[in-house]
Amino acid sequence: MSDTVHTLMALAARQFKADASALKPEQDLFEALGIDSFQAVELISELEDEFDVELPDYELQGVKTFAALAAKIDKRR
Amino acid sequence: MSESPLRFSVNDGVGELVLQREPCNEIGSAMTGALEAWLDELGALPEDALHTVIIRSAVRGGFCAGADLRELHAGLVATAEAEHAASLRAFLDRIHGVMDRIDMLPFTTIGVVHGVCFGGGFELALTCDQIIAEKSARFCFPELRLGIIPGFGGIPRLRRDVGNATIRDLLLSGRSVSAKRAHALGMIAQVVGRGDGLEAAQALAAQSGKFDPTARRAAKAFIKHLPREELDREKELFVELALRPPLLAALTKFVDSTDLRPYLP
Repeated sequence: MSDTVHTLMALAARQFKADASALKPEQDLFEALGIDSFQAVELISELEDEFDVELPDYELQGVKTFAALAAKIDKRR
Repeated sequence: MSESPLRFSVNDGVGELVLQREPCNEIGSAMTGALEAWLDELGALPEDALHTVIIRSAVRGGFCAGADLRELHAGLVATAEAEHAASLRAFLDRIHGVMDRIDMLPFTTIGVVHGVCFGGGFELALTCDQIIAEKSARFCFPELRLGIIPGFGGIPRLRRDVGNATIRDLLLSGRSVSAKRAHALGMIAQVVGRGDGLEAAQALAAQSGKFDPTARRAAKAFIKHLPREELDREKELFVELALRPPLLAALTKFVDSTDLRPYLP
């Protein structure tokens, strides 16, 4: 598991009070975290802060899993 | 009985307007009517009753997700095409009236923003003299995805504050930017931690309250002008674009969507 996806899942679990050990990189992050679209918008800001990147929304269209999101973050680093 | 979309209180010269319409303070006829009534209420207060007004949201999702797209869709579907231009103009005149009145209030206005601040919600925030954003806030003009431009005066107001390149970035990409980025771009006054916005606004209001009222009002009137010509042009361009098929197609897709992520641009 990459550092990015590990950090991403830990951050998301902390923010949305989920069990980090239960999260898997290939899971749909909306379903795994039980979040709605508003919370997803907040998550983007947290990730931008954590990884010091900008994540344009249009690059995130179709991204569903933790692993896919981590890959987008890595491309921007 | 449904709850009012707004509540207002005054404490020691500071007014606090709270937006509280679920899911995210969408601006349609109910919100517009409530804002008009609130502005009338403000107008009836003695001149020295307030020195500052704080505008914030009590809704978890954010400050405001923008225009009520479901209501807009229902209105377009329920009326004959020949009536669309007149009804769009009538609504734009009302909401522009509201935004202009907030913009020009004779006291300091502070917008406290968290979470989603998209489209018309961003335009509402831009009427405030100062925006304090919590770290969770994100700002966005997603209108091009609907085949329209922002219609509540947002572009002329943002142009008053920041450079044209920043506006092109937001408008032509439809992307959202964080509070941190918005602060770096000069769009907002302060960034504070999650849940700290109201306290920061109250501290700023207390500072504003120390100033001589005449000097405070004169300073605002001196620096903050309504970009009248651009606001009028925006209304016409909005109607022109909104009468084309892409808006109704996009709205239909929006209301029919069962996707969990309708607010993700």
